[in-house]
Amino acid sequence: MSDSPAPTDDLVDFAEGLRWNLPRNFHDQLTEAIYTESTCIAERTVAREGESRRLDWQHRIDRLVTNPLTGFPIMGLVFAAVLWITIIGANYPSGWLAWLLTEEAYGWLRPLAFGALPNWLAGLLVDGMFLATGWVISVMLPPMAIFFPAFTILEDLGFLPRVAFNLDRVFHRAGAHGKQALTTAMGYGCNAAGVIAARVIDSPRERLIAILTNNFSLCNGRWPTQILVASVFLGSLVPAHLAGFVATGAVFAVALLGFGLTLLTAWALSRTVLRGEASTFSLELPPYRPPNLWRTLYTSLIDRTLFVLWRAVVFALPAGAVIWLVANVMVGDQTIAHWVVNGLDPLGLFLGLNGVILLAYIIAIPANEIVIPSILMLTVLMTGQGENWAEAGVMFETGDEGVKQILAAGGWTVLTGICLMLFSLCHNPCSTTLYTIYKETGSAKWTALSALMPTVIGFVLCAAVATIWRLTVG
Amino acid sequence: MSEACPPSACDGCRAVRGELERLGLKLATFDHVVALAGNPNTGKSTLFNRLTGLRQHTGNWPGKTIARAEGGFGYNGSRYKLVDLPGTYSLRSASPDETVAREFLLFGQPDLTVVVADATSLERNLNLALQILQVTDRVVLALNLMDEARAHGIRVDARGLANQLGVPVVPCSARSGEGVDDLLVEIEGVTKGTVPTRPYRLKLAVPGAAAALEQVVARLRARYPKLPNAEWIALRLLEGDRAVAARVADGSIGQLQPDAAERVAVPA
Repeated sequence: MSDSPAPTDDLVDFAEGLRWNLPRNFHDQLTEAIYTESTCIAERTVAREGESRRLDWQHRIDRLVTNPLTGFPIMGLVFAAVLWITIIGANYPSGWLAWLLTEEAYGWLRPLAFGALPNWLAGLLVDGMFLATGWVISVMLPPMAIFFPAFTILEDLGFLPRVAFNLDRVFHRAGAHGKQALTTAMGYGCNAAGVIAARVIDSPRERLIAILTNNFSLCNGRWPTQILVASVFLGSLVPAHLAGFVATGAVFAVALLGFGLTLLTAWALSRTVLRGEASTFSLELPPYRPPNLWRTLYTSLIDRTLFVLWRAVVFALPAGAVIWLVANVMVGDQTIAHWVVNGLDPLGLFLGLNGVILLAYIIAIPANEIVIPSILMLTVLMTGQGENWAEAGVMFETGDEGVKQILAAGGWTVLTGICLMLFSLCHNPCSTTLYTIYKETGSAKWTALSALMPTVIGFVLCAAVATIWRLTVG
Repeated sequence: MSEACPPSACDGCRAVRGELERLGLKLATFDHVVALAGNPNTGKSTLFNRLTGLRQHTGNWPGKTIARAEGGFGYNGSRYKLVDLPGTYSLRSASPDETVAREFLLFGQPDLTVVVADATSLERNLNLALQILQVTDRVVLALNLMDEARAHGIRVDARGLANQLGVPVVPCSARSGEGVDDLLVEIEGVTKGTVPTRPYRLKLAVPGAAAALEQVVARLRARYPKLPNAEWIALRLLEGDRAVAARVADGSIGQLQPDAAERVAVPA
């Protein structure tokens, strides 16, 4: 509506003409007339009885939470605590699910399928699709079932607007809109949701900044990757009782880096292609409200967790089939996977990664959730490890220690783990998010930029870290 | 929940309470359209969920509902379509979420608008309520978050407020369900016309602008004789509101009718 050209109409023109002769502060006077009346009515109908201890208590908390000195440490601590609870809490259920789905159920299904179906079909269905799905469920479900409700409880409490309030200043300085704090927070759940949430930003310039930089908020498809890699490669560097803290610290650092990149790219965009002044807005701090615990758990489990899990499963099924096919279809004397991985290896190694990781990221364009399963399955195939246990193209989960063994045999080092965490943060958004960006912006150009910008940053970041690592650590 | 209800504006006149039937997304047929409007973060979505049985995500931060959500409920044999509008502070400026709310109130022609107001900060909430009363006759004010207001030691004279605004005022707490029965009684009464409303129309007389306003109103009335809220439209034009100007220019403003016999499609 607001973008429509000024209409030509005699009545509208007439009113336009009259506007020149109106009192200068016409608009303000109208506002004031409404406000005065509201105040009048409120004075006649509202009575306050004494001092409210609850309000007093809320103000005291707000002073701490929104103070520039104490606010940021509190935010960081709360966020780290949520991460830590997720990492520690997700470990065991993940192991049980993996045992149930990828060992027991798989071990029972596989002979059954190979007995009844042609080998290629049994392989495609069980070794490809079933295992990919089983893996996705065991890796994704536990962290999401903890992270989402925890996040929703913070939201219901009224903590989120305080975060937005604190970050407003920071975003403003970066040339972005303060409300981007909210879209960034939404992005920590799902980037597509974060992109849609950018509708709350009125200015088209600032809305685009929010959309283009949302990918730097780690989404639920990437948290499990971060958590797993941090636990396997960094947590294992220290004694077991410290592993949880080191892993949490590493994931927290990556999330913090993502936030830094959000600000940095927003700043760069607002000074180049999206130049302009940041607009101001008023943000109301809602009262702290006791979260409705059961309802929160129910809605965040049913609506968010199961919804995202369903999406992951829907993408894992065909991806499992694709992985099985590239790992089994021969072209010349090698499988497709061999050709691609060998071709990508030089670039991958230069980035501190490897060809398998890059191929996995190509297969996982539809959903970040399937990166880790793809990597493991391809690694097993390339190194020929799985031959005693199962045929080529089979994914299996044998716990953190098993994951480490598989990857170490694939030539992985601590550097590979670090670079994978960085690349997981900085690469193209998933296809759902890209499609959402296209729908929201209506522009192929901005959609392309939103895919290219993080990928280029990821390449540069990984190459720099790998080069420095090789020069110093060796 | 088991707490005694606060005095309602309509304690004496309640006959028999009906049964609420949550219809969720079953919207194939309905008898009345009810809009939920109000400032951000006053509990519109919570009330929406309570009435429809849907689980529209609610969150404790302003600006959560971006598009409008629809659901249904049945009460005393009538089926109502409930439309949850994005929270707004005003009907005057035209940011995207405010436009969604305003367009629906004006052109969606709901049979009734429930203005959800935060009892803990009534003054600020009245700004919007007064503006909504300028554009529509059938309004019920839901004085929500009464539990919080009580905890803060705030008392609101609902009966006095109802007298001044000329529409029913129902203290309630959508989260616990307190007062929702009373709200349904009023929704039914105003929709069916058994509870008359005399909405308070704020006179927005700005010195020096009266003549201009009169001229624009006269021209609007000449072109659209049935226009129910010509003063408000005229004020928007004098404020240079482009969205309203476009509606006047393309004639769609003429679809505004005092009797909502003919319903127009609402752009989402």
